[in-house]
Formats: sequence, structure tokens, C-alpha cells
Amino acid sequence: MKIFGYQLPGMSSLILWGVLWEIVGRMGVTFFVPPLSEVLQTLYSIIGTPAFVKALSETAYAFFMGVTFSIVIGIPTGILMGKNRLLDELLLPWVNIFLSAPLTALVPVLMVLFGFGMKSIIITTILFAVWIIILNSRAGVMQINRSLVEMAHSFGASPMDAFIKIYFWAALPEILGGVRIGVIRAVKGVIIGQLLISIVGFGALFELYSSNFLMSHFWAVLIVLFGLAFTISEFLAYLERRVAYYAASR
Amino acid sequence: MRYRSVLLKLLSALIVFGAWEIAGRIPVSYAFPTFLESMSALVTLTLDGTIFTAYAETLKPLVVGIAISAVLGIGLGLTIGLSAKFDWLLSPIFVVMQSAPLAALIPLLIMAYGVGLTSKVFVVCIMAMPVIVLNTAGAVRNTPSAIKEMARSFLGTRLDIILKIIIPAASPIIFSGLRLGISAGFIGAILSELKITPTGVGDIITYSRSIADYPSMYAAIFSIILLAVLFLNLLEKVEHYLFKGNIRGYASD
Amino acid sequence: MPQTSNALAQHDGPNVEISVSTRNVSKNYGNVEALKDLSLDFPRGQLTSLLGPSGCGKTTLLKIIAGLLSPDSGEIEVNGKTVTGPGPDRAFVFQDFALLPWASVIRNVAFGLELRGVAKSEREDIARKYILDVGLGGFENSYPHELSGGMRQRVGLARALSVDAQVLLMDEPFSAVDEQTRRKFQEDLLSLVQNESKTFVFVTHSIEEAVYVSDQIAILLPRPSRVSEIIRPSGFRHKGIDNIRRDSEYLDIVDRIWASLRSYVE
Repeated sequence: MKIFGYQLPGMSSLILWGVLWEIVGRMGVTFFVPPLSEVLQTLYSIIGTPAFVKALSETAYAFFMGVTFSIVIGIPTGILMGKNRLLDELLLPWVNIFLSAPLTALVPVLMVLFGFGMKSIIITTILFAVWIIILNSRAGVMQINRSLVEMAHSFGASPMDAFIKIYFWAALPEILGGVRIGVIRAVKGVIIGQLLISIVGFGALFELYSSNFLMSHFWAVLIVLFGLAFTISEFLAYLERRVAYYAASR
Repeated sequence: MRYRSVLLKLLSALIVFGAWEIAGRIPVSYAFPTFLESMSALVTLTLDGTIFTAYAETLKPLVVGIAISAVLGIGLGLTIGLSAKFDWLLSPIFVVMQSAPLAALIPLLIMAYGVGLTSKVFVVCIMAMPVIVLNTAGAVRNTPSAIKEMARSFLGTRLDIILKIIIPAASPIIFSGLRLGISAGFIGAILSELKITPTGVGDIITYSRSIADYPSMYAAIFSIILLAVLFLNLLEKVEHYLFKGNIRGYASD
Repeated sequence: MPQTSNALAQHDGPNVEISVSTRNVSKNYGNVEALKDLSLDFPRGQLTSLLGPSGCGKTTLLKIIAGLLSPDSGEIEVNGKTVTGPGPDRAFVFQDFALLPWASVIRNVAFGLELRGVAKSEREDIARKYILDVGLGGFENSYPHELSGGMRQRVGLARALSVDAQVLLMDEPFSAVDEQTRRKFQEDLLSLVQNESKTFVFVTHSIEEAVYVSDQIAILLPRPSRVSEIIRPSGFRHKGIDNIRRDSEYLDIVDRIWASLRSYVE
């Protein structure tokens, strides 16, 4: 949008919303919305505290383990499905089902089978993230230009070489896109897992603050979480843009 | 083989259900019933009507929430897509909402609105709306300019262009946004039942788990997933029927 | 306009009516001068080609005449009226067809009439006639993705014909189809020009195509865009479609044009 001929930067309306938050908070419209400044002060004060750091590390641990496993399982599976028709026809219906199914319903199963601990949370995270990574990796492989494959053959490339030097890079834009969406879903998975399974990490903090009506604390932690999720997603988008220059002309 | 794809789907279902059955017999865990046990529990639940009352409960916030999200979401999406001002003002909110784990807000909603229908509808809405809004807005913004220009050259008014060009062109992506929104809403509905108050299907799950009636628990979960899949497939068929020309590439391919 | 009137005076005498006239048209995109002070006349009932290498502004000029772009300076008159935007007197045929992918052929052809508020049964009747005229009989209920490129362009042509505009503007209409279809289209276009009393403005970068179909060729050169020459092939137009491509005047003109354009190809 332009004002007086100047193009306003993309997310700048958030500043406006922030101001609105401050005003609403100060007016005391509702107990649940303290002023933004208060929230930010609380944020600053709790960031170093041991409780916060513990929550952060527990959440981060589950998140990173979940994402790593999702990538390690998801990308190869997707690639294999893209290359092998039989495998694809057998697995694709399930991938699609689990992609759109309400995965929260599966969490009780995990709790029953794997207990109430970190293991279940990690598996929840994997369940949330892996399907889209599989699908996108598969799409990336399937759209590889036939000519690239034939070119590799004609120059006598070994399967390993062909994979590392050609197929991986040709499919990379889609794979990165899938990982980015998978990461966002993984964040949701981690939080849902913590809310349902066992109260650790940020889930614990949310329960604690909300049951003690410490609203500023609650919003502070929420902002941290949203901020982290957003930063990771933007970082991946940046990586995607770095490879985008060749995406259109493959 | 003409029926290859159907046969393969059946085969893959057989493999998965067969593995489930075997895993249950080993048993992988005391809490892991076999496929057949779970299916018979499902049949029992269906026959004595428990499933139906449960779904009536669960579907209430889901249907209301989805309806609100669809109408409000598509409306907002159109506004954002068509107006640079509203785009600047509202997009960042939805972008943040989409990448953030909104489930974290659930304890807050419980506090604010109690444990009744309102908070559950809220949960469904906050989970479903962002993707519907952003998909709609993106599709509207990315309408190929060639056909907009064509409509202008044949004297189309602004309203003509919005109704006859932009909305039909955007409809596949709007529908896909609706499907994603509905899945997210479903997650919200189940989540609110498992977390807020046990009612409906969530109650069956929690209750049967507490009395160690695992077949019933698995049966309930199976039914939820089945329902979600069937409903989304139905939605796709409806889209194909209503917008026959939507199964296509673009004419300039 | 000195060049055109000279050319016309030489071949047709001084009484040919001008349907479209552009005077001192300039158009800039940022720092790039797409058109600078360009003036050109288009005689009524004839086909004028705008021929030139990429970047010479021919599509820009066409869209300005159509009213889809507005010039930075200069004026356009169509049949005596100044152009301020799209109008019912001009119809456009697009290079990439610009069909509605979700609509059937008959709806696409009738679309121009639909936007003008013509009643459904009436506009479908008109559309049916033109669908037959362009040779797509039987495909009324097909969808664009079910048609070949050549068929899709016929739909675009039928759509432009059905609004019965006096001026038909065609933006490289045959460049997105295969060579054989293209040749057929060129032959069909010749008979179309003869049978309809419309004025055609035709943008192309194919020299053979321009010489084949045109009553008048305006050669545009880029940077700055200017009309370098106007050619009126006359001798072979009535010789029948099969003989034109071997006519010696045809071949001479093609060679002449290529010689002057060659140095502008990057």
C-alpha cells in the first residue's frame, strides 16, 4: 500500500496493531488483555529465569528431534515414492489420509502406547510434520525434467552421482517448501503434544500462568513462541528464495 | 489392468490392516488391540447408538465453527485480495496466525469463555480461518492478468471482472483452502474435546481409555479419521460437480 | 500522415477512408521509451500489419489503440471518435488466447456479448453462428483444456467476431500454434478479410506472414520506435492462396524487408 507515494513495508501494519493492543490494554477493556508494554516488560524479566530456560529447552529438544526425524524419514520416502510407481500407489492414499486427518485424535493412542513422556511428544511432532514433507519431496522428484534424467544417463553418471549432483538439486525447491510447511506443523505438533500428553515445556508454562491468572506472563511466553515459529519459518523461506532463481527455468 | 488403481488401494489397505491385526496379536503392547477387535467394538458402538449421540455433540461446534470460518474467511480473503489497503492492514495478522501454534491459546479461551459451546466454536474458528483467508487472498491476487485484460477489452465493468473472472479463477484455490481449513477445524474440535470438556467422541476416547477398554478407544479414533477422510472426499466431489470446468490446466498452457 | 498518404496515393488513389488514426503517440515504461512520437493511419476495410523485431513497440501500439493502455502523449481516433478506453467498436484477439478455462466454448465465444448485457439465448445463437464459421462446429460444449492450441485460438477469434466491432486488433494471434496450423490460419485470414468489411490491425514478427496476409505493412524499428517504411503489396493478392507464396513480387518484398531488418536482430 502506498501513502503519499511511499510504499509501506510488508508487515508494518503490525506496528499499528501493537499500538491498538497498548491502548486496549490501558483502557482495561478486559482483564485478559494487559497493555503490550506490560507484556513486553514481563517478557524481558522472565527470559533469563531458570523456569523459562527449562521450558524452552524441553520444547526445543522435542521440536528439533521431531523435525530431524521427519526430515530423515520424510525426504527419502517421498523421493522413493516419486521414483517408484508401485510404492507410490500403495503409500499415497495413506499419506493423503494422514495429511488431512485430525491428527489430534491419534494422540491418545500414542499416550497409551508410549507413555506420558518426551517420546510421545516427539512422535506427535513427527506425525504432524512428516506427511507434507513426503508429499512435497515426491512432487519435487516427479517434476524433474525427463531431459535431465536422460542427460545424466547419456554422460554415464553413476546412480549416486546422478542423485547428488542432479536430482537432489532439481527437486530442492519443492523439498525446501515441504520442509518449511512441515516445520510450522511441527511447532503445532509440539505444543499440542505438550498440552495433551504431559505438561512440560511451554505447555507447562501456559497451564501454570493461565491457572494463576498471570496474564502478562501468559502473553509474554506466547509472543516468544509465535516469534520463534515465525523466525524459523522466515529463515526457511529465505533458503527457499536462495534456490528459487533456478526454480522457474528447470 | 483397468482396475489397477482400485486393486492397489485395496491391497495397501489390506497390508496396513493386516499389520495392525498381527501387531495386536503379538501383542506389541497390552494396550494395542487387534484390528478385528477394534472393528467389532466399532460395530457395537454403532449398533447401540452411542456413536451417533457422540457425533451429534462433536459436530455441533465443528459445523458452526466451519460455517462461520468459511463465510467470514472467504469474505475477508476477497477483501484482502482486492484492496491494497486491507491487504496491508490484515495480511500480517493472518500470516502470524498461520505459522503460530494456535493451540496454545486454548487454555486462554477456556478461561475467557468457560467450557461450553462458545469456546469450542472459537477454537475451531481460530484453527480454520487463517488458511482460508490466506488462500483466498492469494488466489484473488494471483488471477492471471491476461484474462482480466481480456474482460476489460470486451467492456467488462469492475464488478463484472470480480464476479465473472476473479472469483471463478480463484475457486480451485479457495476450495483447497476450505479443505485445509476444515481439516484444521476438525483438529480444533477434537482438541477441544480432549482438553476442555469430555463430550461427544472425545469423551468416548477418554472414558474408554480410563477403563482400559482399548478396542472402543481405537474404534472411536478410527471412526473420526474415517469421517474426516470421507467428508473431505465428498467436498472434492461437490467441487467437481459445481464447477465442472475446474479439473483442468489453464487454457494458455 | 506523410508516409501513409504517399503510399496510399501511389496505389489506391486519394479517396481511401481511414478507420484508425494514431498521431504523435508516445509511451514510456520507466526509463524505456517504448513509443516516441509515432503516427500511423489504418485504412478502412483493409488489413494492416505492424511488423518489426522485439522491442519495437508494436504490441504497445496495438494495446493503446484497443484502449487497454493509455499513451503518455498523442491521440488515437477510431472512425472519427477519440479513444479513451476500450469500446464496442474494437475487438481484441490475444496471443495466448485468454480464454476462461472454466467455461465451455460456447460461453467463451459469447463472453463479449455477455459483458454487454445481451440476453442468454440471443447471445448463444450469435455465438453458435461464429463457432460454425471458424470451423469448431460440434465443440460448443467442450472446455478449453480439451482443445488443441489451434482450436483455442479459433475460439478467441470467434469471440472477437461475435461482438461485431468494426476494428479487429490481433496481437501475434498465430504465434502460439504449430507451423501447419499457422499456415492454415493465414489462408483463412485472407478470406476473412475479403468477406468482412472490417479493419484489421495485425501484429506479427514473421515477415512471410505479414507479406502474405496484409494489404499494408508498417515496418517498425526499435529504440526509438518509429515507422521506417510502409509497403503495400498489390500484385498478388487475388492470385489465390496456393500461388501467393511463389509469386515473385511476394518473394522480392520478403527479401527486401529481411535485408532492412537483419541488422536489428540481436
